[in-house]
Amino acid sequence: MATQSAASSHLAEQAAQEERRYLQVFLWLAVLTAVEIGVIYLPLPHVEIAAMLVVLAATKASLVALFYMHLAYEKRTLAYIALTPLVLCVFLLFMLTPDLGAFTRLLTHRAPAASSGEAHPSE
Amino acid sequence: MTSVAVAEHHLDVEPAESPLTPESWGKLGMWIFLAADAMSFGGLLASYGALRYGDPTWPRPSSILGIQLTALMTFLLVCSSVTMVEALAGIRHGNQAKLRRFLLLTMLGGAIFLSLQAYEWNKLIFHEGQSIRKNLFGATFFILTGFHGLHVFSGVVYLGAILVRALLGKYSAERNSEVEIAALYWHFVDLIWILVFTFVYLL
Repeated sequence: MATQSAASSHLAEQAAQEERRYLQVFLWLAVLTAVEIGVIYLPLPHVEIAAMLVVLAATKASLVALFYMHLAYEKRTLAYIALTPLVLCVFLLFMLTPDLGAFTRLLTHRAPAASSGEAHPSE
Repeated sequence: MTSVAVAEHHLDVEPAESPLTPESWGKLGMWIFLAADAMSFGGLLASYGALRYGDPTWPRPSSILGIQLTALMTFLLVCSSVTMVEALAGIRHGNQAKLRRFLLLTMLGGAIFLSLQAYEWNKLIFHEGQSIRKNLFGATFFILTGFHGLHVFSGVVYLGAILVRALLGKYSAERNSEVEIAALYWHFVDLIWILVFTFVYLL
């Protein structure tokens, strides 16, 4: 009887701890989103703002994956599965940039856009 | 209960027990699907990055897109992730009412997100003259946000199916892997939006 009540109080404590963690993650996500919006108005070069935004977005995405998708408590195999597309996409970005990026640059230089709102018409 | 009886009981609850994950093949399957889906989004985001890098006339997104509205949409999706973890936590402790209530709230969050996205698209297309054919900015913006919106829509339908099963009493403290798998999908949709919001709206 005593063992049962000890087990149920342990479960209740575990549930409360879980709830606290979920709310902490939520608060961090909300704060980081507010910081991201603040960062874009900073009087800094665009490259520095971009670097800060990438770090903030990666932190937020990691928080969701680790705590809401429970990757922090899963077997390592699932983490490998989750990380594979990230590695491939970074690789793809570096493969595409000199090719597609250079081609776009060439087109943009040949036909400069009339205004900043219309980068370059496709037709 | 003897060890054989425990094993039999266990098999009865989760017949597809996997040596790879402690939970089920279903969860592993969802993770593999999400990895493949992440590559689809990754391909779109990488193309967006390469095209934008190559185009010095690319407009600053904040000059065209409404950041306040999108920040609200981000907040809403993060809130719906919280309601989803609460739904899962509820059924893990055998609380059927909590599961149903929070599943409904999660679906509501998704539906409001979609309504706001429809409002944003309507404003951009019919009032500000943006379109998928106008320029590369428009093409990448509508493809990326549209592909994500399709995922949110699918998620709402998916959660609807889970809610129906929850109302039929199909889940319990011992048997809830379907809810967990659906939650993985929903959090993935939230995670992708975090990246889309940063790279497409803020950067």
